Amino acid sequence: MYNEKVMEIFKNPKNVGSLRGANAKGRVGNSACGDIMEIYMIIENEVIKDVKFKTFGCAAAIVSTSVATELIKGKTIDEALQVTNKQILDILGGLPTPKIHCSVLAEEAIESAINDYRKRQEKLQKQAN
Amino acid sequence: METTNKKVYLDYAATTYVNNEVLTEMLPNFSGSYGNASSLHGFGRDANAVIETARERIAKAINCAPNEIYFTSGGTEANNWAIIGLAEANKFKGNHIITSAIEHHSILDACKELEKRGFKVTYLPVDEYGLIRFDKLLDAIDKDTILISIMAANNEIGTIQHLQAIAQTAKEKGIIFHTDAVQAFGNFAIDVQKLGIDSLSLSAHKIYGPKGIGCLYVKRSVPIKALINGGNQEYGKRAGTVNVPAAAGFGKAVQIALRDMSVNVQKIRAMREYFIKQLKENIEDIQINGHPNQKLQSIVSVSFEFIEGESILLMLDMQGIAVSTGSACTSGSLQASHVLKAIGLNDEIAQGTIRFSFGKGTSKDDIDYTVEKLKVVVEKLRSMSPLTKRRKKVNV
Repeated sequence: MYNEKVMEIFKNPKNVGSLRGANAKGRVGNSACGDIMEIYMIIENEVIKDVKFKTFGCAAAIVSTSVATELIKGKTIDEALQVTNKQILDILGGLPTPKIHCSVLAEEAIESAINDYRKRQEKLQKQAN
Repeated sequence: METTNKKVYLDYAATTYVNNEVLTEMLPNFSGSYGNASSLHGFGRDANAVIETARERIAKAINCAPNEIYFTSGGTEANNWAIIGLAEANKFKGNHIITSAIEHHSILDACKELEKRGFKVTYLPVDEYGLIRFDKLLDAIDKDTILISIMAANNEIGTIQHLQAIAQTAKEKGIIFHTDAVQAFGNFAIDVQKLGIDSLSLSAHKIYGPKGIGCLYVKRSVPIKALINGGNQEYGKRAGTVNVPAAAGFGKAVQIALRDMSVNVQKIRAMREYFIKQLKENIEDIQINGHPNQKLQSIVSVSFEFIEGESILLMLDMQGIAVSTGSACTSGSLQASHVLKAIGLNDEIAQGTIRFSFGKGTSKDDIDYTVEKLKVVVEKLRSMSPLTKRRKKVNV
């Protein structure tokens, strides 16, 4: 059902865990569809210095989040927002059709974390003013 | 974790290996008695004799007449045929069918097809253990009800229904009663006359027989529409050359299942109890689904909180351990199992459910190895899950 590349990443997903000092957190999905992804970032000067994730879900969900975090680590937030599910799928060599939504969810998880960061920044700005 | 060469099969409810005695019974019929059982000559008569022996063995096992057994390509075909064939042949009496929410898809999807044809179908709810709600059954029966189909035992959680009570209720109301006994057969005695069952489905590959053959029992007095037209095979109800080696194997498998039933059930019960004990001692935050007593000993449905079933399955597979999420027929679908939802599990718990099913080949070593690996897999996945935090907060 899954190709070898997917299984390889599933065995050793990258950037798993929580992130102390994270200033951005995104959460997408729900347990009804079977997948919940959380992405945590440390963003300094618009650059994603570090990123970690936790995922409840199938292998496709776990590998999609792993690949997404690798794609954005060290990138600016604008660059990170350019990441698409197609890029994730290309790196994975494809996912079974019913699992493609997992790659979309990973793309949305990045957006969700960056939106959270921007909200926090706005809040800080307001407080400073 | 590294991958391994060790193999542990804990998916007997999906299918079983073919027993040696069964294989021995089948082999001479591939190139020996290879005649077409419908032919009049000696080759045909030999093949026909093999089929009739198999039919007699199956009939004897469920206490019906041999001419009430129709061979099919398997349990799915038998279930499809029972629902559609019985409904179509009896629609002059009414257009209402009652089944349960936890049936196999071969029943549920056949019922959906009947709905398209204008029949009305009631899907009975079940309680937390998977037993059908009797009050709801009585409420559902009306003057148009022509067929009730309730599975003997569930393939995902193992719960055994009160067959006799359901059959008697149907009988009193003059309604045909069918039961899907594919998963149940070989676990307890099923006497169709004593229980009052009008129709019953069986499959060979769940009882150490070959894949590709099953049968439908239909009581002689109950009309059923032919499934396949094109010949006189199976009393003109299911045309097509009968698979002689498979029928021979099926008959033998049924005979052995009954012969060894009490030994098998006792052995498997011991394995099950040992497994559950080890599981509870080694892994926290789990729940065992289904009825505590009234269930197949061979199936253990376990929900692991905070993690998802497919990931568990794949990581166990890397260790050579074969299990299922829900049932093999629904894996690959995104929806949580309809059975687990029907017994009231929330999505998160349902998604984290694994079916372990034991059989004749299961050893204590298999269970020790499985629990050892399971502990590591569950810990690893929980460390990756955003839901696990909740538990830690509660504990602190």
